[in-house]
Amino acid sequence: MSEIQFTVNGETCSVSAPPVRRLLDVLREDLGLTGTKEGCGEGECGSCSVLMNGELVNSCLVPVLQAEGAAITTIEGVVRLAGTGEKLHPIQQCFLERGGAQCGICTPGMILATRHLLDNHPQPTLLQIQEGLAGNLCRCTGYMRIFDAVEQAAKPPVTDEVTG
Amino acid sequence: MPEPGPIVGTSPVRKEGMGKVTGRAQYVDDIVLPGMWHGATVRSTIAHGRIASIEFDPAIDWSEFAIVTAADIPGENTIIHLTKDHPCLAAEYVNHPAEPILLLAHPDKAALHAAVERVHIAYEQLPGVFTIEDAEAGAAGDTAKVIWDHHGHGAAPNTFKTFLMQKGSPDELEAAFAGADFIVEEEYRTGAQEQLYIENNGVIAEVFRAQDGTLESVTVSGSMQCPYYLVHALELVLNLPAERCRVIQTETGGAFGGKEDFPSVIGSHAALLAMKCGHPVKVCYDRAEDLIATTKRHPSRTRHRTAVSRDGRLLAGEIEIAIDGGAYATLSPVVLSRSTIHAPGPYHWPCIRVQGKAMATNVAPHGAFRGFGAPQSLFALERHMDKIARVVGLTPEELRRRNFLATGGTTATGQHLSDPVDMQHLLTRALKASDYHAKRAEFDRTNPAATIKRGIGFAAFMHGSGFTGSGERRLNSLVKIDVTEEGRPRILVSSTEFGQGTNTILSQVCAQTLRIPYEEVLVAQPDTGIVPNSGPTVASRTAMIVGKLVERASESLLASLLPYLSSRGDTLLAFATAAEESAYYARGRPHYSAEQFRAAARACVRDRGALVAQARYQAPHDIFWDDEQYKGDAYPAYAWAVYVAEVTVDTLTYMAEVKQFHALQEVGKVLHPVLAMGQIEGGIAQGIGYALYEKCVYQDGLMRNNQMTNYIMPTSADLPPIHVYFEETPSIHGPFGAKGIGELPMDGPAPAILNAIEHATGLAFNEIPLLPEDIFERMTGTREGGSESINPAVDRDSEVEAAV
Repeated sequence: MSEIQFTVNGETCSVSAPPVRRLLDVLREDLGLTGTKEGCGEGECGSCSVLMNGELVNSCLVPVLQAEGAAITTIEGVVRLAGTGEKLHPIQQCFLERGGAQCGICTPGMILATRHLLDNHPQPTLLQIQEGLAGNLCRCTGYMRIFDAVEQAAKPPVTDEVTG
Repeated sequence: MPEPGPIVGTSPVRKEGMGKVTGRAQYVDDIVLPGMWHGATVRSTIAHGRIASIEFDPAIDWSEFAIVTAADIPGENTIIHLTKDHPCLAAEYVNHPAEPILLLAHPDKAALHAAVERVHIAYEQLPGVFTIEDAEAGAAGDTAKVIWDHHGHGAAPNTFKTFLMQKGSPDELEAAFAGADFIVEEEYRTGAQEQLYIENNGVIAEVFRAQDGTLESVTVSGSMQCPYYLVHALELVLNLPAERCRVIQTETGGAFGGKEDFPSVIGSHAALLAMKCGHPVKVCYDRAEDLIATTKRHPSRTRHRTAVSRDGRLLAGEIEIAIDGGAYATLSPVVLSRSTIHAPGPYHWPCIRVQGKAMATNVAPHGAFRGFGAPQSLFALERHMDKIARVVGLTPEELRRRNFLATGGTTATGQHLSDPVDMQHLLTRALKASDYHAKRAEFDRTNPAATIKRGIGFAAFMHGSGFTGSGERRLNSLVKIDVTEEGRPRILVSSTEFGQGTNTILSQVCAQTLRIPYEEVLVAQPDTGIVPNSGPTVASRTAMIVGKLVERASESLLASLLPYLSSRGDTLLAFATAAEESAYYARGRPHYSAEQFRAAARACVRDRGALVAQARYQAPHDIFWDDEQYKGDAYPAYAWAVYVAEVTVDTLTYMAEVKQFHALQEVGKVLHPVLAMGQIEGGIAQGIGYALYEKCVYQDGLMRNNQMTNYIMPTSADLPPIHVYFEETPSIHGPFGAKGIGELPMDGPAPAILNAIEHATGLAFNEIPLLPEDIFERMTGTREGGSESINPAVDRDSEVEAAV
């Protein structure tokens, strides 16, 4: 067992776990953050995507020891707290409105991949979207509604609100 | 008060969407119950044999485990679908690789993997049958190849089911062939396909006992399409009455048919383990196990022999369909039925004979997958139509135009098409939208000098909505709507949401019928303890059949509430006379706000104690089906479509890619445009995978590429732009005119793509999946590069010959 410290969605966490325990299992089972999903367990499907120090990683391939000192963002950290009530991130809002989520099992990973994409390419081309999401498999949508949601999320907001 | 705007035909956000985009939706593997154990399955390592011995390795402390064998089953050792040939746990013989033999449960999930490895099972091995051809040899009398001969099923050995569909007499058929200008023959094959829902199969079972230890009830929650199928399975396995078997669908991460029949297996297993250990037990497969153990699309072989006149009229057809059902019958007979009925496609055949058979092999049972037999037979037909066109000397377009079914026409089952059908218009519009003619001419001009060949092709097809034949009559579906304490309507159905939009479209239909906002409508979680049996969520039946029942139940609810609704709010309307009352309603139904509706519903509940409206399926009086003769109205309605694919084939890499895809369909009223487009696009993506990417590689009946690393589905970087168009011709059978939509898009892509590849290369490929190595093999004339040599039954010589 190792004592490992990192932050998840801005909060410091300390876990005691075997060093090669998958970050995915630590998030889901030890920390109860079940928004991160397992689809394949071998880094192919991207359902377990999280952001680690701003990089998109498959948490099923990350031994928790590697997360020591890292800043992790999961889907639970994407919803923004705004004033009294919480508010969907624009990416989430666009996935909701544009049909980007069907069965929903790939959606958390897809939303984190989108966030990573838009952090690096605030106004992505279709090709950049296609390549940026190519590590996240979706069996329901055929991706077209997802591309639409990402393009919509990349548009400058019409209100004066600050985007996250 | 203004009339509320229409809800049907608009695109409100999906009912359960908030949970999905925030990650809060609870899928079965996200649920942890107090004291819960985990279950695992010990599976056969051979395809066919007798179990000689089972030994438990002493290196493991087995006292920590709950162990379930066939001997622990309190009821019948069978998973019921249509017959009882499928054991819940293999007792004496195993009939396919990865067949469940024994179950283990332990409090620590991590302890299970090693334990499964340390149950040592010895077998007396028997020869295996792995191809349709070997199964046929067994059926024809080669007793060494008989692997399935279920008593009393009435067909030849190794044969789960046969169908014979005939239009015209045998004499007429013979005469048509004798007088034909051309007779066109070809054989077509399709491979197994994995549903590849991203959430694997999984369930949690709980057992409830009385103080004295007697079993009271069992509850199974999990990822599934058809909660009542599992209730029925549990009844038999556990020997419990249905009302003591409760099944709850949890949020389901994709299904596509893969969670139609299989949850009966995994659900029964979890329930047996929970009974044995006295704890809730979760059984969630990982990807590798899900891929080797669960159902896939039936592989198929279809042979066409067609009599055609000089001017391109279809005179007569003989179609022989064989599907590989795997080791047990499961749903193969009904898959075969849909395959048989869709085999003649959207064409007029003066005379046709379609023979279908579902064969047994020593492979894990094949099962439901979107399209349910139709993609196989439509692939064969739409490739064959291009071949006929070539033989006759017509364009693919002109050949089809001369043979399309039209309004007033008669299908091969003798169904009179009284609803409007306009395939001519669909074809015209689809070819125009895809710029087909200009592109065909351009590619013909540029291809000879090009390294990357381009091609464009299309497929015309239809898909029947709802259960085949008398299926809907037998299902006898029931829908209820009650009202909550706050006065909101709540839809009670066993129809499940697994991404396709059930919750949303049913809510739209309910809201519009009740004239209240969409947001007011609630949908109960499918829990057989509270929802009636509205039938399984399969067969493109939910929008049309269940939707219609929701509409009728909503009307009934509204009728009960009308006396409580008035423009003055929740004031109870008091009419002095019946005449006064009818005069009031003759002025039109009153308009009311959502709050007034709630108040009226609350008032009604206060008066009556409860308010529940219901609607049961009533077969349309003009729909008849004869199971014996296999004739009549096969489906209440059909969706019709023309899909156009544009491809490139790189003659250096042998890679075929789809570059543009145009999909036009007539699906009746589109209830929710965004969801409908999502259904079509998603189905097309799966169809592109079926055609060009997804290959299940079997060795001795076992899927060897049971990982996402080497079972390849299309990624976001692989798919072309998919352009979706709808024609809306309302059908009387569905709510607001809707027909089925879910399966249709699976049928067209594969033949359209292979037709386009033939245009690009001049080579007729008649088998899918078509991988670069297969194109390489054909183009270079070598056999070494082909991946299909894994299947020894494929006669490569005759295939190559046929194409040259």
